[in-house]
Amino acid sequence: MSSKPQFPDDPMRRYGMDHDRYDWSLLQKRTPVAWPDGKRIALWVNIAVEVFPMNDDSKPFKLPGSMVKPYPDLQTYTWRDYGNRVGIYRVMRAADKFGIKADWSVNAAIAEKYPQLLRDILARDEDVIAHGMDMASPHHGEMSEAQERALVEKTLSLLKGAGAKNIRGWLSPGKSQSARTPEILADTGLEFFCDWPNDELPYRFRTEAGEITSMPHSSDLNDRRIIVDFRHDEASFVDQVKDQYTYLSREAADEGGRVMSLTLHPWVTGQSHRIAALEEAFAFLCDKADIWLASGADICTEWKRQTGG
Amino acid sequence: MKPSLGAYDWWPYRDRPKVVWPNGARIAFWVAPNIEFYELDPPLNPTRRAWPRPYPDNEAYCVRDYGNRVGHWRLMELLDRHGIRGSVSLSIALLDHHPEIIEACAERDWEFFSHGIYNTRFTYGMSEDEEREMIRDSIQSVQKATGQRISGWLAPALTYTDKTIDLLADMGLSYTCDLFHDDQVTPVKTPTGKLCSVPYSLEYNDSIAFQVNNLPPRRYFDMLKAGFDRLYEEGAESGTVMCIPLHAYLVSHPYRMESFAQILEYICGHDDVWVTTAGEIAKYWTENYWDAAVSDIARGNA
Repeated sequence: MSSKPQFPDDPMRRYGMDHDRYDWSLLQKRTPVAWPDGKRIALWVNIAVEVFPMNDDSKPFKLPGSMVKPYPDLQTYTWRDYGNRVGIYRVMRAADKFGIKADWSVNAAIAEKYPQLLRDILARDEDVIAHGMDMASPHHGEMSEAQERALVEKTLSLLKGAGAKNIRGWLSPGKSQSARTPEILADTGLEFFCDWPNDELPYRFRTEAGEITSMPHSSDLNDRRIIVDFRHDEASFVDQVKDQYTYLSREAADEGGRVMSLTLHPWVTGQSHRIAALEEAFAFLCDKADIWLASGADICTEWKRQTGG
Repeated sequence: MKPSLGAYDWWPYRDRPKVVWPNGARIAFWVAPNIEFYELDPPLNPTRRAWPRPYPDNEAYCVRDYGNRVGHWRLMELLDRHGIRGSVSLSIALLDHHPEIIEACAERDWEFFSHGIYNTRFTYGMSEDEEREMIRDSIQSVQKATGQRISGWLAPALTYTDKTIDLLADMGLSYTCDLFHDDQVTPVKTPTGKLCSVPYSLEYNDSIAFQVNNLPPRRYFDMLKAGFDRLYEEGAESGTVMCIPLHAYLVSHPYRMESFAQILEYICGHDDVWVTTAGEIAKYWTENYWDAAVSDIARGNA
């Protein structure tokens, strides 16, 4: 039965949010931000580099993209692993061809399993975001704080030990958090996380260890969601990327800077039959006069500079 | 449990008494923005969990919070451009949480109806008193905040008890959006009160279109256009109703708004479309067609 009554004089039925993590704020009522050089759209491309363990027990919940069939699910495992061997190199070539810069959200298991892949990513001199341990290691409310601190520390130390020295942001596997994750992340000195996708600009997020910035990492404009979950075809994926830009560009001209977050998975768009669609999207975006190609850290820094956030 | 709640009688979609909307319109068109509040830590309902993950399900929570922080204003301005007044399916607690949104809707003379207190508090398992309290809270809270007396209902997260429909009528509401059995307004059978069903077009709901049927955004436009074209044609015979139920956390993403905006332009570009609200449809129909409908239905079931 109910852990709380259905009709209490609920102290959380009040002005603003039903928690104290962040303030209620309408995007359209904030002081507008202006990106550098008069740009209006900060294009933040995020490429997820992930390890999907075959012995995933999906507890306490399944993360997106994880095993589907009974053990040993060689089919799903190798389909995902294709991204780390073939797909990612195609995606890198596509990005290079059109001058697209990206953040690389890397599971720490990559550092152990495929150190050369991590070195290839680091050689690009773009930013690495810590993406948790692997896609069978969710952060969740049923783990102790000590367990979770150990998991975050191991994740960061593996990535840093393999050469990713300057990590400023965090993306939990499947955006999973416990009630203490924000404190743990702020404690380690991370500047931003990507797990609370409710906005199109950064915002200030309170923790007992000080503030951290919540970045608008899209759960929506995401190749896995559009192509694998929704089963939209490649042409529709490209339409959605283009429509996102077209709409935002018009709005941002009147209302101030926006972030356009595009989330990619090499095991999805790095497939031989899909890479042309990704190239078409990159070709469309690469020469837009109002786009600022930015890393999450760039956006975070610039937003803080302008808003004092 | 019963095999049916018996809330309405069968009524064939032929030879019905002819409905003509105001100014000779053949279709009544309304848009229903669902303005919802989902709790991060809702009470546990024994029948349905609010969130798939253990507390805190930050991603699922945020995906919906986006509708209030970012999406609402976009959708409201789009409706402004077409002169459409929204019929708001409102989580009543949002009056407390986000009064700025309510003020902006009220300024535009939008209509409100209740969608429960929170969309994370389900009707399943409520006693009659609890359910009556939810309805009373809805009527009083909207009246206090806006001066408007609500007349309609859409159950929170479409969750019910077998008394829900009767209680709505008994407490003075005049329409429900909870029945998906018809493309025209129909009378609802209740022991007390006078309640009609205003079509709320389940499959045109962006939530069904995008979260259940997984439609690509541009395909949503095609579907709505096909539906409108047919209801518009049939409306010449007897007035039809088309509703587009929306959620700013879904439709207001730029990659969807870009194509969705075109359907409003298409529909509002037709003559003989009554662009209106759910309450105005219910009122006009009840005043003019209730009796004819009830006797025609009785004849068909004799």
